[in-house]
Amino acid sequence: MRKPLLTTAVLYALATSAAQAGDTVKVGIVFGFTGPIESLTPDMAAAAELAFKEASDTGLFLDGTTIEPIRADSSCVDAAVATAAAERLITADGVAAIIGADCSGVTTAVANNVAVPKGVLLISPSATSPALSDITDNGLFFRTAPSDARQGQVLAEIVKERGIDTIAITYTNNDYGRGLSDSFSSAFEALGGSVVMTASHEDGRADYSAEVGALSASGAEHLAVFGYVDQGGKGIIEASIDAGAFDTFILADGMIGESLTEAFGADMPGSFGTLPGSDSPARATFEEMAKAAGIIGSGPYRGESYDAAALLVLAMQKAGSAERSAIQPAVMDVANAPGEKIFPGELEKALTIIAEGGDVDYVGATDVEFTEVGEAAGAYKEVEVKDGAFATLSVR
Amino acid sequence: MDGFLNATVLLSNFVLVPGLAYGAQLALGALGVTLVYRVLRFANLSHGDLMAFGAMLGVLSTWALQAAGVSIAPLPTALLALPLAILGTALMSLFIETAVYRHHRLRRSAPAIFMIVSVGVMFMLNGLVRVVIGPDDQRFADGARFIVRARDFEAMTGLSEGLSIRVSQGITFAVAMAAVAALFYFLNRSRAGKAMRAYADNEDLALLSGIDPDRVVRHTWIIAAALAAIAGTLYGLDKSFKPFTYFQLLLPVFAAAIVGGIGNPVGAIVGGFVVSFSEIGLTYAYKKFLTYLVPPAWAPEGLMQLIATDYKFAISFAILVIVLLIRPTGILPGRVL
Repeated sequence: MRKPLLTTAVLYALATSAAQAGDTVKVGIVFGFTGPIESLTPDMAAAAELAFKEASDTGLFLDGTTIEPIRADSSCVDAAVATAAAERLITADGVAAIIGADCSGVTTAVANNVAVPKGVLLISPSATSPALSDITDNGLFFRTAPSDARQGQVLAEIVKERGIDTIAITYTNNDYGRGLSDSFSSAFEALGGSVVMTASHEDGRADYSAEVGALSASGAEHLAVFGYVDQGGKGIIEASIDAGAFDTFILADGMIGESLTEAFGADMPGSFGTLPGSDSPARATFEEMAKAAGIIGSGPYRGESYDAAALLVLAMQKAGSAERSAIQPAVMDVANAPGEKIFPGELEKALTIIAEGGDVDYVGATDVEFTEVGEAAGAYKEVEVKDGAFATLSVR
Repeated sequence: MDGFLNATVLLSNFVLVPGLAYGAQLALGALGVTLVYRVLRFANLSHGDLMAFGAMLGVLSTWALQAAGVSIAPLPTALLALPLAILGTALMSLFIETAVYRHHRLRRSAPAIFMIVSVGVMFMLNGLVRVVIGPDDQRFADGARFIVRARDFEAMTGLSEGLSIRVSQGITFAVAMAAVAALFYFLNRSRAGKAMRAYADNEDLALLSGIDPDRVVRHTWIIAAALAAIAGTLYGLDKSFKPFTYFQLLLPVFAAAIVGGIGNPVGAIVGGFVVSFSEIGLTYAYKKFLTYLVPPAWAPEGLMQLIATDYKFAISFAILVIVLLIRPTGILPGRVL
């Protein structure tokens, strides 16, 4: 009887002391360490931890406070798992804020069920569903990844500029695929294009020839694939090439990967697509820092993860405390102008400026500039398959 | 005339060729189900995962052969691995028979109990496959990929529609036909096959005429395992190997067995093709096909698709329900085993 009481008491003491920031501040990192993007998340988390370590090592963060990141699994697909993980971080570990979640569906769940009701700041580096722009978040939800509404717009412009008027769309049947497909179709139709067929596909099937048969019968010559490169998206492309249904594909970020060009690069010349990111010098700086820490910085959402963590650090510094309620109002201040521009690796400089009462404008690895609803405006690379590999054409 | 040719090629490319290959895979699976149902008198729900197990052995032996530098290009190495897969799967199902089903057979348990037991076996096999090879997609196809490429066909014939036939589709069809021929020869001509039919027809009478029941049961399991291994490996070769897809395959396989009249081998084959052509034919969009055939003014505006591809699995389920409601004995009743 005594032991559970004791444990609870100890936990409570730990939790409250951490939240009130004696010498450590706990922050949560909720990514899908298991599930469909488990190959991406370890480096994303490492990139976020890189920023926390950088800030802690300066000794300038909140008068020498160190940051202790705690990882938890979002599973990417299971809202219940992600919600439980975030709940535990907030109540048991007493984190000041959370970096995450990663996939759009679980991020919505964590925001609605845990973060917003409990008043905890949530910064996602990779949730891109347009629906997240409209959730009731009391200003607590931010994302360093741009909304797919933007990607749909950019991609539609590129397609139209290439003189393509009629296309068919297939998307993976989840929040990401549907959101991107909707934003792309409306942008494309607004530009005068016509979408003759929109069909979803389920990931994890063995065979997509029926889907491809229907899509090709629509009469469109080009197929837009909004799916995952190691899942159904690849199956759709394989079945299209096998049946000779389509040769040129329009691809979104989830479909741009080397595994695709390795398998079918020679069979899909001229296929093109968009990928968040830019070629700025700041990006190169970040990739070097990441490399030194043993992270592959060029992969998807590494820069965004670093930026999410860095923004959280600067916001806490700006607020002057790690109180949950104090952090949120400071995020916009440090993310946007006015102020001294801060690039990756310059957290020490930023912490000093803020400590002296100055203003910073965090740019980071991915040119962070928050829109009114707290999400990155976003830059996109236009890529095309040339000689069996993706080549970057321009940045928009 | 060109319009008619184009329409024919279009339909062959998207419905006929894929339908024949898929139908052959379902037919092999349904034959295994039907055989076990007829001889051992229960619905073996673990058949889908037995196919996954066989396919896994096929994948592993293919990798071993590839590593050893064995190749029969342009044919896929998996064809050489097939006997190994069959052997392994047969041993596995004999092991399951001794360890699990034998107990219930000696106690003369009700068919419903056998069926529930087979669900347990299904989960065990399911887990075993995942532990050994993992839940992910595995590729093991090698050799030439196409018999006819769509683009080459267009260039050759001058038509605007291409026809593509993959090597895996050709092999699936050929191997399935060979397996079916061998099975029918065994059932109708060999002594063991006749014993099996006698046992299936009337167990007590067969025992009286000196047929060894254990032998018959063993033969049944070996043949069911061989069919499962062949169907599983061919399906993996033609589409892709992923353990979970075999669990999904269970429904169309059972639908095929029941449509044709469960217990009837010819019915299982017919059923396989009925299910495969229903799935593909009903979800295909006929807009382009009709555009080729009718005068331009009549060309359809819509997609002319009966059912969205999302409902592919629902089709086999619907077939199953309709057949059980209207004609529970299947479309080819009477002539069993």
